[in-house]
Amino acid sequence: MDPSDQTFQERIDQGVKIEPKDYMAEGYRKTLVRQISQHAHSEIVGQLPEGNWIGRAPTLRRKAILLAKVQDEAGHGLYLYSAAETLGVSRDSMIADLHSGKAKYSSIFNYPTLTWADIGAIGWLVDGAAIINQIALCRCSYGPYARAMVRICKEESFHQRQGFEILLSLCRGTAEQKAMAQDALNRWWWPSLMMFGPHDGESTHAEQSSRWKIKIVSNDGLRQKFVDQTVPQGDFLGLTFPDPLLKWNAERGHYDFGEVDWEEFRNVVQGNGPCNRERLRERVRAHEEGAWVRDAAMAYAQKHAKKAA
Amino acid sequence: MSLFDYLLRLGDNALILSQRLGEWCGHGPVVEEDIALTNVALDLLGQGRLWLTYAGEVEGRGRDEDKLAFLRDAGEFRNVLLVEQPNGDFAVTMARQFFFDAWHHLLLAKLSDSTDERIRGIAAKALKEVTYHLRRSADWVIRLGDGTEESHARMQAAVDNLWMYTGELFEMDAVEEEMKQAGIGCDLAALGAPWMSEIGKVFGEATLEVPKQTWMQHGGKRGVHSEKFGYILAEMQFLQRAYPGAQW
Amino acid sequence: MNEWPLWEVFVRSQHGLAHQHAGSLHAPDAETAINNARDVYTRRNEGVSIWVVRSSDIAASSPGEKGPMFEPASTKPYRHPTFYDVPDEVKHL
Repeated sequence: MDPSDQTFQERIDQGVKIEPKDYMAEGYRKTLVRQISQHAHSEIVGQLPEGNWIGRAPTLRRKAILLAKVQDEAGHGLYLYSAAETLGVSRDSMIADLHSGKAKYSSIFNYPTLTWADIGAIGWLVDGAAIINQIALCRCSYGPYARAMVRICKEESFHQRQGFEILLSLCRGTAEQKAMAQDALNRWWWPSLMMFGPHDGESTHAEQSSRWKIKIVSNDGLRQKFVDQTVPQGDFLGLTFPDPLLKWNAERGHYDFGEVDWEEFRNVVQGNGPCNRERLRERVRAHEEGAWVRDAAMAYAQKHAKKAA
Repeated sequence: MSLFDYLLRLGDNALILSQRLGEWCGHGPVVEEDIALTNVALDLLGQGRLWLTYAGEVEGRGRDEDKLAFLRDAGEFRNVLLVEQPNGDFAVTMARQFFFDAWHHLLLAKLSDSTDERIRGIAAKALKEVTYHLRRSADWVIRLGDGTEESHARMQAAVDNLWMYTGELFEMDAVEEEMKQAGIGCDLAALGAPWMSEIGKVFGEATLEVPKQTWMQHGGKRGVHSEKFGYILAEMQFLQRAYPGAQW
Repeated sequence: MNEWPLWEVFVRSQHGLAHQHAGSLHAPDAETAINNARDVYTRRNEGVSIWVVRSSDIAASSPGEKGPMFEPASTKPYRHPTFYDVPDEVKHL
């Protein structure tokens, strides 16, 4: 190992935070740019499935809460783009990679929100899964990313509680509402488990990312934690999980559960999920149609900078 | 029931404009603007809820903010036509917003002195938010008006097309007169001059022309809305109509 | 590409002693940067002072950023996790 890389690794091992102007191994920088920007893209694309129900929220209070949540998500995207930019990549180039299909975003947002209960399921399950992942990342070695995670985690717990509260209302409501909630769980459970990624043995970046403290806990470890936390919550709601193999294992002290459909996962990651194309198409459209707005603002700024000079 | 009607006008303006702004979520020209637009939508929704809740209490028939928002048909909505106009492009949205904010700011300043204590309270709180809304929308009108050729053309077109909806903001009808006499409301017509002055000032910086057209559309305050309005309600009210009586 | 420049945002909350670095954002000019900073970085705080500086104007020895202070905002209580009615028996929320 190159001596500077050696020192770099030692700093990480000692728990020292790496900051933007510090020396870092090129692979470390590249991996972080990919991971942080994909995290940012996920927040931004994630506005779409939830934004789909802002206009149709069933009460004014629910509408306000959903608006606040989606706004938070955009804010998270922004914090993360900012963290990635400290590594020397521009936001425009990250967005270009997203739009060209080169960069990925969390596969969960390629599923459609078909009912109001889906909004509850997203808050409860998707944000629940994200929180578990993000809490681990608060200890990540890269300063700006870890700090963004701390900020995001503080805001995220409101998201999960609002989702759970939506479902609680539905489960305590009419038979139709309860069926709506059950249907949402049936469709969102497995995709939520997929959010933690493939089994650790199959993840190409896992080992190096662990050593660099970019990945703190294993995929399977996080997935197990999520299941253990979430199943009692679902039981409380009176809902049934769509997994016949889901069962508490007293010996292990954890829930046993069935195997994720990895074929579906691979397909969705590769672009063949229910909403991949329309999500990307919409992001590209918004960006292209917004070009004249961004250009106008820059033109104005440049005109007036000249005047002031 | 003039006070009830008056409060519906205030609440419906905020609610319907908020509904329109919410449509931008995830589709804005840049992330920062997505957040900003949503912020305005959220502020207006909050104001709408306060006005409608008070309206329901004044009416005294047990209608809360949700019953009023989700179970009235178009003929019972009292918002001005300006706020229900479609978002169009970003220039249309900002022109609509600026015309409304400039008026809303003047109105809330007057209502902060209302003889009705509850109105005073809501107006004072809303005024803080709307002061910011006005600064934002004015800034955008200036940047788009004095930006590129394309943005200027779009902005001027937006202004020209929305102009005919601005007159309704200053109309005094029987309800407004009664509220004004009681010291609860104010003289809307008198807001016209300061509003024009603000428009003129901002348009000057934006290199935009004030339209010369004088003929104005109206009807919103009486419940006579545009063709698009029904679709706003169809979307907004769907769940409550499909599942009557359900709790959410 | 005509990208908006990057700005660093510093926020001093109502009871704060000094401006703290809150993060960054893109804006075409200072006024827009301040407007956007208010929306992005002070949603849960009221009465703050905001400074924005072009990132390219910052000279740094080593990046020692401090996180922003959080204070509950009274007008939008649903932003805070404590606002929700979730039964006590439900854990991990």
